Amino acid sequence: MMESFLMLFAQYDIPRAFLVNIELTLWSALFSMVLGTVLVMMRISPISSLRTVAGGYVEFFKNMPLTIIMVFMVLGAFGQLKLSFSDTFATNFFWLAVTGLSLYTAAFVCESLRSGINTVPLGQAEAARALGLGFMQSATEIILPQAFRGSVAPLGNTLIALLKNSTVAAAASVSTETSSLMSEMIEYHPDVIVSIFMIFAFGYVILIIPIGMLTTYLSNKLAVRR
Amino acid sequence: MAAKTSTAQSGASASVLFDQPGPKGRRLITVLNWIAGIIVAIVVVLILMRLHNPPDGENQLSWELWKPALESEAWTDFYLPGLLMTVQATVLAVIGSVAFGLVFGIGRLLPNALLRVIAGAVVEFCRAVPVLLLMIFFWRWFAFAGLSNASYWAVVLALVLYNGSVVAELVRSGVGNLPGGQREASLALGLTETQSLMQIEVPQAIVAMLPAAVTQLVVVLKDTALGSIIMYTDLLQESRRLGSMYFNILQTLVVAGVVYFIACWLLSRLAEWLPSRMQQHTAAPAELEPIAPIAAGDASNVNQIAVAREVEERPLRGTPRQYHVHHRGTNASIHNWRRTKYEQGYEPTQPDSQVDPETKRKSRMSSETGKSQN
Amino acid sequence: MMIRRALAAACAVATVVSLAGCGASEEGKIRIGIKFDQPGLGFKKSGTYVGFDVDVAKYIARYLGYSEDQIVFKESPSKQREAMLQNGDVDMILATYSITAERKNTVDFAGPYFVAGQDLLVRKGDDSIQGPEDLDGKRLCTATGTTSAKNVKEKFAGGVQLMEQPGFAECATALFSGIVDAVTTDDIILAGLASASRGRLEVVGKPFTEEYYGVGIKKGNSELAAKINDAINQMIEDGSWQRAIEDNTAGTGYQPNAKVNPPHATEGEGHDVIATEE
Repeated sequence: MMESFLMLFAQYDIPRAFLVNIELTLWSALFSMVLGTVLVMMRISPISSLRTVAGGYVEFFKNMPLTIIMVFMVLGAFGQLKLSFSDTFATNFFWLAVTGLSLYTAAFVCESLRSGINTVPLGQAEAARALGLGFMQSATEIILPQAFRGSVAPLGNTLIALLKNSTVAAAASVSTETSSLMSEMIEYHPDVIVSIFMIFAFGYVILIIPIGMLTTYLSNKLAVRR
Repeated sequence: MAAKTSTAQSGASASVLFDQPGPKGRRLITVLNWIAGIIVAIVVVLILMRLHNPPDGENQLSWELWKPALESEAWTDFYLPGLLMTVQATVLAVIGSVAFGLVFGIGRLLPNALLRVIAGAVVEFCRAVPVLLLMIFFWRWFAFAGLSNASYWAVVLALVLYNGSVVAELVRSGVGNLPGGQREASLALGLTETQSLMQIEVPQAIVAMLPAAVTQLVVVLKDTALGSIIMYTDLLQESRRLGSMYFNILQTLVVAGVVYFIACWLLSRLAEWLPSRMQQHTAAPAELEPIAPIAAGDASNVNQIAVAREVEERPLRGTPRQYHVHHRGTNASIHNWRRTKYEQGYEPTQPDSQVDPETKRKSRMSSETGKSQN
Repeated sequence: MMIRRALAAACAVATVVSLAGCGASEEGKIRIGIKFDQPGLGFKKSGTYVGFDVDVAKYIARYLGYSEDQIVFKESPSKQREAMLQNGDVDMILATYSITAERKNTVDFAGPYFVAGQDLLVRKGDDSIQGPEDLDGKRLCTATGTTSAKNVKEKFAGGVQLMEQPGFAECATALFSGIVDAVTTDDIILAGLASASRGRLEVVGKPFTEEYYGVGIKKGNSELAAKINDAINQMIEDGSWQRAIEDNTAGTGYQPNAKVNPPHATEGEGHDVIATEE
């Protein structure tokens, strides 16, 4: 048992595959956070068309399988619309996968923030208006900062889901990430299939538990006590 | 369950974020609406033009490509059989997850500490491993073991393990959300803790968790699409196949996407309608807070779809909170949960009960008030 | 009450699901595993099956004494072929199944009924790729988990950029839209794709490997292997083999590698084409 683990680690660069997933996750987390914030501001804005667009966006992405989105990033966005990030295929597919994951996750970030907004008492907004702040000012300076602190837990949950979803990048031709490497290893070492699976499974357990604990800590620490 | 005062007003006036627009403001909003509409229209037209006349390849809008993706033969031979396979895997996976979830959810509530730890470890493990990895592993393993229909069982089992662990947490939170009097009453009547759990608490928790389980159904349905990666002939795989005959794979994938969307959308609507129905049968709030106080691996025990629920808007245009925000680390048992919740300020009827977990002081009554307003 | 009703509903659904899983009776029929998603070889279309593998399978079945409605076609994805044979889910498999020494440890083969070779599919009129040696700096697509791409990278051009897609149809779509320059796999599969492409794609026609497609059967059935070989040899002699190739690659001008085709089927009777692993 021990020998087979050592052999697998010597023969394949498993940490590098995890690194690809972590990179996918971090970039997508960054972009989906930005896009999600824009979406939530659209949702709370006075302009009804923006509210409709943001609502439609969330509804679309939460009811669409991520696999289809990923396939469309390659065959549709890249193939037909010629959305290209780099002439090197590996780089290009990586960023296409990041785009797909970001678009998908932004919908969930938007909803997490929306539930965070609800933790902000009405009086805060009323006071902001009474002071003469306009919509943009009260949203960016009063409401959203508190909403962020109130939505650490759902955002952490979304981050965990994002890390797990990053394996679906295989459907966007990212062939260096964990699920592809696991398939390849099983292909050539079917006799130690259980060991191979355990390596990857525990890799994710080890990555995810600290995120969960950190989120718990942060949401306790950052929540605005009222 | 929340007060509906805000919805009594309508439209933009429901928000307290901005003043009621005057005539000038309303004119401005109309203009901005038009501009936004025109921008959206331009983007759509540009994309369509690109598809109509791409630099290489062929016109993706031509009827020649869309006809084979839409004609009745495509539905009877490809989409509908594929949808049937998708539904079959979904239904079986949901039944399996509920069974798995009941066993391990109750396991985490039993008085026996060893059973609690084992059930907890299984649930945490299954929640942390990506479903795609589970699928690939089971698929290859079953194929090597010589199981027929390896990809079908791999899809079902992978979905059962992940979603079952979510259901397990729903059971646990359903029990935790019951009023403490339920357990006290049954203990007073002479039932043992286990009897009280199995006969009084769990049945009510199951009713309470049903709406959340329907939401989970949407997750299962969406995740069956991963099965196409391991060659399961679901809707996505069948539409690929159809597309490989006429080289109109983009068109067939669009059709498949629309079918997935409609199916998931209908299920989401069902999940939003159910809570009000279910509330009549349980003392626990039907899906008000479908989360146990924290599992080690997860910040809040809510799936992605439950996060993105279109629920009733509050005055700030936020939605009612569905999560505990304050946690106290891993809490594998529900003992004193109700009190913990009360102390942490999640008892909506007792707003003054909130205590700062660090200073142990009631925040409203102390100088913490100033801090809270930052 | 509620729960009991829910349980009853669940049981009813479970019954339906398990019933749906069972097919029609298979008594007195021959079950043949083919691909369902490979245009030109094995493809499910309007409830019938078409392709070269299907034609060979039908011929063999007729030779063994089964009429056409006594054939049950089953789907055999690449990774499940050995398991399906060992389990007895199918009696034989014709699914672009190459005879290899490794596979012969677990299953037996009859045939070969065709010798394919790895080749390239390009856009019609693209003269820049005449063979694998021209691939340096080009973009290539193949299906995930196949050995084809590895072959090209290792043997010919190190500067190849590789795109992996779940299936060859996605690859062909990518080739259409110009994001890749070539698709690589066995020539007969490419010919099937070219045939479905309304004349826009063509096979380069310089196969650079040899893959012996065999009929997979359960281990230790040399009697059946001999009968299948007789059937294949007869099919080649009476011209049905050539007709099947032409029918299934119509309009592409595809010619199988004449050096090794048509093959002589001797596998599984002690005159193996591929040596068994020691």
